[in-house]
Amino acid sequence: MSDEKAKRPGLRGSTLASGYLGLLSTCLASLLYFSHVPPHQAEAERAHARAQVAAAGLTDLALFNEARYARNGALADPHAAFQDHPMALEHFPAGSLMPPPARARLD
Amino acid sequence: MRAWIERQRGLVDYAVASLRRRRGRNLGLFLAYTLLVFLLASVVLYGDALRREARALLADAPELVVQRLNAGRQDLVPGAWLDKLQGMRGVRGLEGRLWGYYYDPAIAANLTFQVPLEAPPPPGQVGIGAALARARGLEPGDVFSLRTYAGQPYAFTVARILSPASDLASADLLLLHAADYRAFFGLPADVYTDLALRVGNEREVRKVAEKVLERLPGARVIARDEMRRTYEAAFNWRQGLLLTLLSTVLVAFALLAWDKASGLSAEERREIGILKALGWDTGDVLRMKLWEGALVSLGAFLAGYSLAWMHVFHADAPLFTAVLKGWSVLYPAFSLRPQVDLAQLAALAFLSVLPYVAATLVPVWRAATLDPDEVMRG
Repeated sequence: MSDEKAKRPGLRGSTLASGYLGLLSTCLASLLYFSHVPPHQAEAERAHARAQVAAAGLTDLALFNEARYARNGALADPHAAFQDHPMALEHFPAGSLMPPPARARLD
Repeated sequence: MRAWIERQRGLVDYAVASLRRRRGRNLGLFLAYTLLVFLLASVVLYGDALRREARALLADAPELVVQRLNAGRQDLVPGAWLDKLQGMRGVRGLEGRLWGYYYDPAIAANLTFQVPLEAPPPPGQVGIGAALARARGLEPGDVFSLRTYAGQPYAFTVARILSPASDLASADLLLLHAADYRAFFGLPADVYTDLALRVGNEREVRKVAEKVLERLPGARVIARDEMRRTYEAAFNWRQGLLLTLLSTVLVAFALLAWDKASGLSAEERREIGILKALGWDTGDVLRMKLWEGALVSLGAFLAGYSLAWMHVFHADAPLFTAVLKGWSVLYPAFSLRPQVDLAQLAALAFLSVLPYVAATLVPVWRAATLDPDEVMRG
């Protein structure tokens, strides 16, 4: 213990702690600073995609295209999951991720 | 002030020494905690970014979509409905949309056929989504054929591949001319899948929807706001995707906090007893433990959040892609745009750091308020 102290005089626990938290904070701050896209710039980058969506007249994202009732979730029947058969159990994973359309809920 | 700082430094010195003494245990705790924050922050960052994208992409979707219901099921809209809705006040555009699904056995994927409202490709030519082009290995100029509903092969020429920038909305799209759509699916000339209405004034949308229902009582009218809310809900904290992913993380976090709150080890109790016998007061013991908890939880928060940021915005969230992808073959390739949200950062810090620090302090306070002799004897 005394040898260790002699090798590193003045390196107190609090110095180590502030160095460790400072390093992590600097890492996070620089990560946020250098990868942040300002909202107006993000909007400019999206302009092309937005124009494409408007021209095609799309209403939904292509995120859940494994099942037809989830592909256009906003336009689907409120009871879409059971539209094929009253006993048809949900078998597509998308069904558990995609909630019923907004108008099917009371709010 | 100087004396206060020196006192706190002394307490931090002791807290660091104490953390080092139980190095293995604390390192394990730090890693588990970092993993928890990483998962929690990844879910929140991913959900927020997706919601932002959905909101921005669907900002120019039609204000109203009118569907026809027949015995409770969606049916084709007759062309006569267009005439019935002509000349409505507040409506600046009215068009019949043609879109539908097609299962392509060659790649075992569902395609979305759509006739664009503006600038459709010439007959015989199609624009296809980037994911579809990748899956089928198609380039502009290539000819491919699909089997129609009548069982005949139908050839299409790829006129263009839609920009990958819009993949999130167009990955599985096949844009074609109305004549091709009708010939492919065997539809008569005067029917549509649904109708799209453009309303000039956002505040008149509800009124226009009411008027549509007056003229067409058998219709279902869906407002753009409802479409947007469907996606808001899908990526909301309380429902859908985020709840599915978040529930396991929250349960794990609750277990960690409960384990800490349920008690101290005999060694830690003895240590507190000795400190009290040496003259430390209850406040000092609590402050020292507070520093100990803060060093672990704050460090884990900073590390976990940084890793989550890299995972979502630099590595395209491989952990969630597997969940979202499900059985989709034509999964869109998209990168989310990072945007710093200080309120969200503060909420995450509050949710992940404070409960742990509070959970650590309760058993320490219980031990520190007892008589040193009683604590050391256990």
